[in-house]
Amino acid sequence: MDAGLVAEQIAESDQINEPAGALEVGRPRKRKEDARLLTGRTQWTDNITRPGVLHVMFLRSPMAHARITRVDVSGARELPGVVAAFSGQDFAAEQGSLPCAWPVSEDVVIPDHPPMAVSEVRYVGEAVACVIATDRYRAADALEAIDVEYEQLPAVLDMNEALTAESPKVHEAGNKAFSTKITSGDLEAAFRDAPIVIDRTFRQQRLIPTAMEPRAVMADTDGESFTLWSSTQIPHVLRVMLAVVTGIPEHKIRVIAPDVGGGFGSKLQVTAEEVLCLLLARKLGKPVKWTESRSEGNLTVHHGRDQIQHIRLAADADGRIRGLQVALLADMGAYLMLVTPGIPLLGASMFNAIYKMDAYEFACTGVFTTKMPTDAYRGAGRPEATFGIERVMDELAAELRMDPLEVRRRNWIKHDEFPYTTISGLTYDSGNYEAATDKATALFGYDKLRAEQGDRRDRGDPVQLGIGVSTYTEMCGLAPSRMLGEANYGAGGWEHASVRMLPTGKVEVITGTSPHGQGHVTSWSQIAADALGVPFDDVTVLHGDTAIAHKGMDTYGSRSLVIGGIAVLKAAEKVKDKARKLAAHMLECSPDDLEFAAGAFKVRGTDSQRTIQELAFAAFTAHDLPEGVEARLDSDATFDPENYSFPHGTHLCAVEVDTETGMVKIRSYVAVDDIGKVVNPLIVEGQVHGGIAQGIAQALFEEAVYDADGNLLTTTMADYLLPSAADLPTFTLDRTESPATSNPLGVKGVGEAGTIASTPAVVNAIVDALRPHGIHDVEMPCTPERVWRALEGRAQEGARR
Amino acid sequence: MIPAQFEYVRPGSLAEASQALASDEDAKVLAGGQSLLPLLRLRLAYPSTLVDVGRLDELKGVHDRGDHVFIGAMATHDEVMRSDVVNAGCPLVALAAAHVADPAIRHRGTFGGSLAHADPAGDMPAVVLALDGVFVARSARGEREIPAADFFVDYLESSLGPGEILAGVKIPKLGEGWGFHYEKFHRTAQAWAIVGVAAAVKRSNGAIAEARIGLTNMGPTPVRARATESALQGMELGDQIRQACEEAAADTSPPSDLHAQPDFRRHLARVLTHRAVRTAAGTP
Ligand SMILES: Cc1cc2nc3c(=O)[nH]c(=O)nc-3n(C[C@H](O)[C@H](O)[C@H](O)COP(=O)(O)OP(=O)(O)OC[C@H]3O[C@@H](n4cnc5c(N)ncnc54)[C@H](O)[C@@H]3O)c2cc1C
Repeated sequence: MDAGLVAEQIAESDQINEPAGALEVGRPRKRKEDARLLTGRTQWTDNITRPGVLHVMFLRSPMAHARITRVDVSGARELPGVVAAFSGQDFAAEQGSLPCAWPVSEDVVIPDHPPMAVSEVRYVGEAVACVIATDRYRAADALEAIDVEYEQLPAVLDMNEALTAESPKVHEAGNKAFSTKITSGDLEAAFRDAPIVIDRTFRQQRLIPTAMEPRAVMADTDGESFTLWSSTQIPHVLRVMLAVVTGIPEHKIRVIAPDVGGGFGSKLQVTAEEVLCLLLARKLGKPVKWTESRSEGNLTVHHGRDQIQHIRLAADADGRIRGLQVALLADMGAYLMLVTPGIPLLGASMFNAIYKMDAYEFACTGVFTTKMPTDAYRGAGRPEATFGIERVMDELAAELRMDPLEVRRRNWIKHDEFPYTTISGLTYDSGNYEAATDKATALFGYDKLRAEQGDRRDRGDPVQLGIGVSTYTEMCGLAPSRMLGEANYGAGGWEHASVRMLPTGKVEVITGTSPHGQGHVTSWSQIAADALGVPFDDVTVLHGDTAIAHKGMDTYGSRSLVIGGIAVLKAAEKVKDKARKLAAHMLECSPDDLEFAAGAFKVRGTDSQRTIQELAFAAFTAHDLPEGVEARLDSDATFDPENYSFPHGTHLCAVEVDTETGMVKIRSYVAVDDIGKVVNPLIVEGQVHGGIAQGIAQALFEEAVYDADGNLLTTTMADYLLPSAADLPTFTLDRTESPATSNPLGVKGVGEAGTIASTPAVVNAIVDALRPHGIHDVEMPCTPERVWRALEGRAQEGARR
Repeated sequence: MIPAQFEYVRPGSLAEASQALASDEDAKVLAGGQSLLPLLRLRLAYPSTLVDVGRLDELKGVHDRGDHVFIGAMATHDEVMRSDVVNAGCPLVALAAAHVADPAIRHRGTFGGSLAHADPAGDMPAVVLALDGVFVARSARGEREIPAADFFVDYLESSLGPGEILAGVKIPKLGEGWGFHYEKFHRTAQAWAIVGVAAAVKRSNGAIAEARIGLTNMGPTPVRARATESALQGMELGDQIRQACEEAAADTSPPSDLHAQPDFRRHLARVLTHRAVRTAAGTP
């Protein structure tokens, strides 16, 4: 079928029959972005080209740790179509060091991180040379003609071993990147004579963020200034960082994030390839382009998670929590990238979650290993924390032989206790854990499933049923600049927006957020349409180009709506204020005599009015403007929140575990989320679906595996398993609503909720199914083999006894 | 990733194709490309020429030949899975074809390609082995028939000689009283089998008259679970079947990879064989 026709049909199906004047915010608008994206009229970085563009390919280290003794690129230079070939030495004078913007502690060690390795490689996949050719095929062939000699050094793979005195070192300064500790309350007292102490160690496996669109970069220059297209989440941050790293003045760099097909944090980065492409454009005076292959991506997209969590919880006999002690080892990989060391610390205030307690301690040590650096991955630090506490709450329930929901009820903050300052010092503004849990248990059929579980246990059914609970909260809307300052983060957390009325009454919103699948074009249109009283279709949203959206902090950390959406609202309100002045002048009344409804200012009690479109035109012609009003109906705003937002919810998961094969099948999944006010329920559902799927993927499928020499084994999707729709159940979704008090829309953000909540729900369910077999943990991902081995191990222990 | 340079030819006749292969020992047959292209793209294979056999009529279609079904090498998995001839004459092949990868790959990948590739993790090899299919190979030297038991030599190695093209496979019809099942164990819907079991079971008077069992991914080649087959012969349907299936992993040498180590694969082979046999025999 003709692509144009399909696009039209999708657009038509968007007509929603609702009375005029109904508010846009809250409507399930289909996304404005989709007709174009679904019919292939896309602007992925790889689709964009420039006349005479050259193609870059990188030769990557096959060794986890080695000294580079010789790189000879001359063989490659002689091949047909090859324009240039370089080694790290050729960039040494100009490449700087990839930035780490979050020096989390006084003792943090930030090693030099050359974009291209010069003398030493520290993970498999690190770039050691590159070829620039007239096409990708020739570049790929020429890589094989490059000669590199390495002197192998010992790999450092295990965090515990890395911290011993005998361990080989990743960097001269040692393998400890930093250590930090936060204490609140009297922990010793909490554990002293505690009737119950739960002591568990969990492993957060290493994950590889897998965006649908691989990374791609193109750089061009006119001899003086530079344009860089990149599949990035952070065009604005990237621009600043490229200037800092390369010394090219900031005003000579333009960064464009065109259509970006997903990121999940992996494109919240300043990558070696971005820096090197920029430098190559400067060296060669020509446009250059690089697009990664999936295998290359698995090796070199920053990885996620990878923690060992040691958690101790002290409780009274009735289940009341006395104290919680958390000690983390966090694998940094070989270098500290943009926010690497900060990731585990995003969980520092979240392990206590929704629970009240007398004392809390959080300690974390960052460890260098010879693996790909880790950094932000969907949820970043908060999923790890939620997993830890929600798993331990289930363990506490099991220890007490109490229902896991009951143990939570006894400890959570009650709805009438908000705002509530937690043991870790955050102030939760709103929430209602009782309401979300009541709704979820009803939808789930909790009691009935418990009855079935009992029945299967009694019958000794080879397929056992397990029920998993996760009453999560998260800290979203990253972040109040003041708090980022306290955390020693290298930037602020505000967001910027401009709103301009065009002469014909249409509206352009320019946002500093950088959507890569979240549907900001649609949601920001809804917000602006309500604020200005214009039709949804009359609003367009521009983003992702530092020459157009000149100011922004970009998209990550469930921040876009909570901060960027509010900036749009504030800018639109300023435009409305200007319009009011103009209307008062034209209608010859005082601004206070005007009421604004359905896109028009009306003199109270009369029929005289001016529509906002008329006012836009009047501002354009400027024939008769009042004193002090400029000839423009536009404005901008920067919003910096005073607090984080705290979405929460109750997720319940039922799994069937085949005890003969170890196979886990999710039978039903209920998610009741409280994300405050909702701008677009359809987009929210999409985010929750994807988020739950990603969290389930950590529980059951995904794991980056390095072998004993530090080679990544999961370089293809045959080895790094991602679930598809066929592997997932139908999710039952619902919501409760306690509006955030920290922003005028009452929104809390939904980007990470599903991922944060679902991983512990699934693992809790699996462990719940297997508890009668004496099993109280299964390491993630809970593969059939791991489940089977857990059962076998128990069976053998039983036989020995 | 990007493959190294290669030549491409698309002959119009089998003779031409055999000639192209015979004249260049680094040439390779290209069928659906679903296994070969990934190898090329990862630069794990460097063939000089790809001989595309997609235009050869002799390799196409599925034919009812009385006592057997002839499945052309170029029949796609999707064609096989939907074919009335296959569903009537050798339903096990259709059942298993439906488990191959995902719809996109089933529309491109071919029956013959799966077999010639000789990947023991593929679903087709164990099925054809269980059904005692006969491979028909053509070359400049003429036509040769190879029994399934002799076709699979080693990991990714068949007994096709240089210049030989697989034209298709004869699958004998089994007649009345047979039931079939393919039990595939994998972690995600489109993934390869960790272990697969192809079972054909003939029932008579409440007992198993004959059982044929092929195992996927239990060694460098597909294998028959001979010990279980003999143990089942004449066995009454009931709990003792599980006992017979305990022998399913005998004489296998399953691989070790990220999804399973050998002991787990052996365990799975036993459990899944039991399930496959019971289902094929029509007992719940
Ligand atoms: C993501 C993915 C998942 C998959 N999952 C599964 C799965 O679950 N189960 C499964 O069984 N398969 C799976 N496959 C493989 C798929 O079934 C392929 O179709 C099959 O393995 C090869 O068939 P082809 O036609 O694509 O052969 P090609 O890739 O074209 O060729 C494969 C090999 O066979 C040779 N060859 C092909 N045809 C002939 C012939 N007529 N004569 C001589 N030699 C020949 C080629 O030279 C080559 O060496 C998967 C493939 C992919 C990409």
